[in-house]
Amino acid sequence: MLTIAGRKFRSRLFGGTGKFSSPEVMKEALAASGCEMVTVALRRVDLNNPADDIMSVLDRDRYLFLPNTSGARDAGEAIRLARLARASGGGEWLKLEVTPDPRTLLPDPIETLKATEELVKEGFKVLPYINADPILALRLQDAGAVAVMPLGSPIGTNQGVLTRFQIEIIIAQAQVPVIVDAGLGAPSHVAEAMEMGADAVLVNTAIAVAGDPVRMARAFAMAVQAGRIAYEAGLGAVSKDAAPSSPDDGLGFLR
Amino acid sequence: MKILCNGEAQETPSGTRVADYLSQLGLDASSVVVECDGKILTREEYASHVLQDGSVLELIRFVGGG
Repeated sequence: MLTIAGRKFRSRLFGGTGKFSSPEVMKEALAASGCEMVTVALRRVDLNNPADDIMSVLDRDRYLFLPNTSGARDAGEAIRLARLARASGGGEWLKLEVTPDPRTLLPDPIETLKATEELVKEGFKVLPYINADPILALRLQDAGAVAVMPLGSPIGTNQGVLTRFQIEIIIAQAQVPVIVDAGLGAPSHVAEAMEMGADAVLVNTAIAVAGDPVRMARAFAMAVQAGRIAYEAGLGAVSKDAAPSSPDDGLGFLR
Repeated sequence: MKILCNGEAQETPSGTRVADYLSQLGLDASSVVVECDGKILTREEYASHVLQDGSVLELIRFVGGG
């Protein structure tokens, strides 16, 4: 079973709560996904719509909230968001995101490390969203991150695991759980990440924007399980040369 | 007196406490976090913290995100 910072998770699929067409669809899709941890963001209250509250839709007993620091462009902004999340009753868990470039939404490694160091001191359980950089992953682990979240491809792009080579190294080296996050656009993408030995994956956009988010959530849940079982079962070696599946012997009668 | 709430200029009577202001807006206090003049208030402080003329208030809550 997956354990992060002492907490056990039966599901290796984590969900996001953004971009759903309605709270009802989100609730049903998250239930279908079987996920036990969901990300949430922090924003100003819409004063024209005071009753619009995600907390009234999601069951806190069922889902562990993982507040993110989306929108932060440097360590200072991320730390401010983290403190607000904790004051909002979001607990100690935190998906640390520092994305200064709105075009790529790629994370700033230096600011992410700085913020991790500070937030660990303040008692947060920090899960940093990072580019798939094996050295950075180790630096963050040493700084006290409870997991690392390398990206498959940029946020919201549905391009899949473009960072395969680096994620393989991170998985081989990291002592903390590796959660592949961002860009996982299809069940085959999460199956690939799980087959590689990722401990978990986080999916938001691909489920939320699907034609039928509830059915898609189920498909992702099955793919995560399939990929994990395949990893545990041990995949066959990859080879450039063909190797017949049928016996070479016993063909004497043909020639 | 004038305050700035979520970036918008607002009028509120002097002596208004944060808890009063939230209920004027129709906001469930347990669903928001309040930052007043750069300082995060605890839920317990909502009932006692009095807004000042020119106070800068940020009302933040969880929303959907990835």
